[in-house]
Amino acid sequence: MRNTLFSLAGISVLIGMLIFSCQPKVGIETAQYAVNGQKLYVTHCQSCHGPKGEGLGMLYPPLTDTTYLKENRKILPGIVKNGMNGPIKINEKNYEGNMPGNPELTNVDIAYILTYITTTFGNSTETYTQEEVKNNLVNCR
Amino acid sequence: MKLKLTTYLSAFAFSSIFVACTETNEKKLPIIGERATEERIVDGRTVVDTIYHQIPAFAFLNQDSVEITEKYFDNKVYVANFFFTHCPSICPTMQRNLLKVYEKYKDDERIAFLSHSIDFKYDSPSVLKSYAEKLGVTNEQWQFVTGEKKEIYGIADKYLVYTKEDQDAPGGYDHQSYLVLIDQQKRIRGAYDGTNDEQVAQLFNDLETLLKE
Ligand code: HEC
Repeated sequence: MRNTLFSLAGISVLIGMLIFSCQPKVGIETAQYAVNGQKLYVTHCQSCHGPKGEGLGMLYPPLTDTTYLKENRKILPGIVKNGMNGPIKINEKNYEGNMPGNPELTNVDIAYILTYITTTFGNSTETYTQEEVKNNLVNCR
Repeated sequence: MKLKLTTYLSAFAFSSIFVACTETNEKKLPIIGERATEERIVDGRTVVDTIYHQIPAFAFLNQDSVEITEKYFDNKVYVANFFFTHCPSICPTMQRNLLKVYEKYKDDERIAFLSHSIDFKYDSPSVLKSYAEKLGVTNEQWQFVTGEKKEIYGIADKYLVYTKEDQDAPGGYDHQSYLVLIDQQKRIRGAYDGTNDEQVAQLFNDLETLLKE
């Protein structure tokens, strides 16, 4: 029974990695992070930011502004953990809202989510590592 | 309490099996809620009328601080729901889906939309106004209303939707994400989980069926 469970889990991770690795230039670790990140995204972020990161009207900004994601890579963990408010410009539009923080998420959870977002909605091809999350969270205080 | 609507729905699912056997092909939506019978004397004979559950009269303030009553929805089909503007969990998805219905029927005067805020403390008309604009609602077809706590929670019961102030729930309020379909006679004809894509697709279909009745 246990073995079956393990191999089932193994197979699904493999399939997931296969799907993601079909995209060019994304390494296996990155793909694995993105698969885990997608699940967390659905639970914690999708209601506001949408299944495709499209946002909702002018209420919730999209997560598809590749330049924003790249230029603000360092503050992303702080946004996820502590939330965000005040005016921002995304895809040439001005948003001003209030995003609640997610203090319950661990560094590895945040690394998964940010890898998913930056590689799926953004154009990054790299893992957002746990170390990056840890270091940037310290700086953002 | 939470099971209320589900119980009604399954009861109707059952009864509609029997109805389906007797009725002809013409598809009709069920009429949901408790029903009573009333006897009348017509020409010396007793006739029995069925009294269906109806949404009673109400008066709320809308996003323009104008009083909106049930009269606004007279002879219209409408979709009602319960939400609050800073709800972090189910509301954005529910409103994203209702927005799709609104966009499809925009400027169609047979249909209206009614979102009740259950956050009577924070969601003043001006907060609702800014929310509606940011969501992308540009006409009066979709009303966003607020009112006294007792009135809002009382009307939720009439729509058979569970709502409650609850400190442990995300954002401070617990509620169901039903989109409730109301007919021209203010009877409930369907309820769809606004966070479930299949049920939202069903709402699109049922709305057409209801408009053809
Ligand atoms: C309750 C709705 C809500 C939820 C849930 C939510 N956000 Fe946000 N998010 C917002 C709002 C509103 C803003 C804009 C805040 C502002 O105007 O300063 C925002 C901004 C952002 C930004 C920066 C702007 C942009 O569009 O790129 C990122 C990145 C982001 N959110 C990621 C996430 C992630 C990751 C999650 C899940 C862990 C999440 N959000 C969950 C509402 C939400």
